Amino acid sequence: MSASNPTTHESRWARRTLIAVGFLFLALFLFLPLIMVFAGGLAKGWQVFVEALVDPDALVAIRLTLLVAAISVPINAVFGVAASWAIAKFDFRGKSLLISLIDLPFSVSPVVSGLIFVLLFGAQGWLGPWLTAHGVRIIFAVPGIVLATVFVTFPFVARELIPLMAEQGRDDEEAARSLGASGWQTFWHVTLPNIRWGLLYGVLLCNARAMGEFGAVSVVSGHIRGLTNTMPLHVEILYNEYDFVGAFAVASLLASLALVTLGAKTVLEWRFGIHRAGAAH
Amino acid sequence: MGRSTRRSALPGFGLTMGMTILWLGLVVLIPLSALVIRAAGMGWDAFAEVGLSPRALAAYRLSFGAALAAAAVNSVFGLLIAWILVRYEFPGKKLIDAAVDLPFALPTAVAGIALVALYSDNGWVGSLLAPLGIKVAYTPLGVTIALVFIGLPFIVRSVQPVLADLGRDVEEAAATLGATRAQTFHRVILPAIAPALLTGFALAFARGVGEYGSIIFIAGNAPFKSEIAPLLIITQLEQFDYDGATAIACVMLVLSFALLLFVNLLQAWRAKRGTR
Repeated sequence: MSASNPTTHESRWARRTLIAVGFLFLALFLFLPLIMVFAGGLAKGWQVFVEALVDPDALVAIRLTLLVAAISVPINAVFGVAASWAIAKFDFRGKSLLISLIDLPFSVSPVVSGLIFVLLFGAQGWLGPWLTAHGVRIIFAVPGIVLATVFVTFPFVARELIPLMAEQGRDDEEAARSLGASGWQTFWHVTLPNIRWGLLYGVLLCNARAMGEFGAVSVVSGHIRGLTNTMPLHVEILYNEYDFVGAFAVASLLASLALVTLGAKTVLEWRFGIHRAGAAH
Repeated sequence: MGRSTRRSALPGFGLTMGMTILWLGLVVLIPLSALVIRAAGMGWDAFAEVGLSPRALAAYRLSFGAALAAAAVNSVFGLLIAWILVRYEFPGKKLIDAAVDLPFALPTAVAGIALVALYSDNGWVGSLLAPLGIKVAYTPLGVTIALVFIGLPFIVRSVQPVLADLGRDVEEAAATLGATRAQTFHRVILPAIAPALLTGFALAFARGVGEYGSIIFIAGNAPFKSEIAPLLIITQLEQFDYDGATAIACVMLVLSFALLLFVNLLQAWRAKRGTR
């Protein structure tokens, strides 16, 4: 790339202007909101910040968020591996339709994602009367929150693994099989090591969304303080009660999670050449 | 995959395919069909009464209008950011590249309260705009701002790989033939990245239409003025009007699936053209 050819490269002045405009835009729309979260949480000092986090309701919210992620992420990881095995290692009709169906939750509004479970399990839903008669609570309780989260995060792992496994083909597995390995041995000793970083990448994104989901969870949770509030819902309650410092303190925790996710994701991209499977997250 | 044998020698197809279909059916397809069946059982009049009421129409207009405006803003700035990330070297480039995905990673409610704190009349940015008579928080402009935040990575990540793959030789050829830099950009680069840009636009638009968490704090949520469609669904649910919520959800679902179909057709067309 020879220095500056005015017809194939922009002038230094144009280059600098474009970079400056890009920085300004990102500062205004990305960095300022991020800084605002931490500044808002620390507005009254560390003590108030920590008090907001150790508040009993906040602790319940943190515990519930961890529980929901601990259930829904493994479920979707197992599904994602199974789905990508079937889709990437075999040829069959209707493959692209199946992939589109798996991606479906990405194109459904979070609020609609919550609504469909209310229609199924809510008091006036299909199974509502039966559930009430048997004393089972799904909506306005933890099972509903888990269901809505599983729905919303459904495609994440599969979406990362399908292109990765398709690219790797099935030569390694076929070699293992011809050497006498069983199906499970082939999976554990050949496939899993091949896809581990891609799997981790998908799990990271899935987890970030599971812990941060707001709209879908908001519909099914019922916002019962100290019982069915996840961290994002707790942020909303505190904010609506004008406890801005408390809201931003809990939000800081979620923002830190986002930063850790971004950092780990970037490391995976650089070190292991994992690339993003399209932009539709 | 250019293989002579269509049958794979690997085991586990039945098991994994069975799991996939079962999971997909239980988690995604059956719940979604509950919505469609409920809407179908309502009858047209009941459906239209809420689903196409003036208040709902105003909400769709705001959701779609703001998403469209935000996707347009992001098309310009997202392209610019993708451009500087691919073509230029500058300090902090890797950090910027990683940071573009922040809206994917940051929970929407967190973004929502941060944006309203920034853009309200006494916020860091809002206090600068207030003397100019520009009100952002609690107006449709606020909704658009939130959607610009949410939509940015879709455009950058769609355009970036295509721009990186674009050979410099065509630009050099254009220059050799006497094109100015601006002409080269308009006639050579822009047509090459247009499908990717359009895909990113459609993805950002689709996401913006359904977005809830980052908007409700900064939108005023006043009926007919600053009430988005997803919020209207919640309002119906809070009044235990399941049918009303279903009707609005159905309208939104149909519109976003139409968008999804458009994106898929676009990608198929791009694959055919061989420009990725």
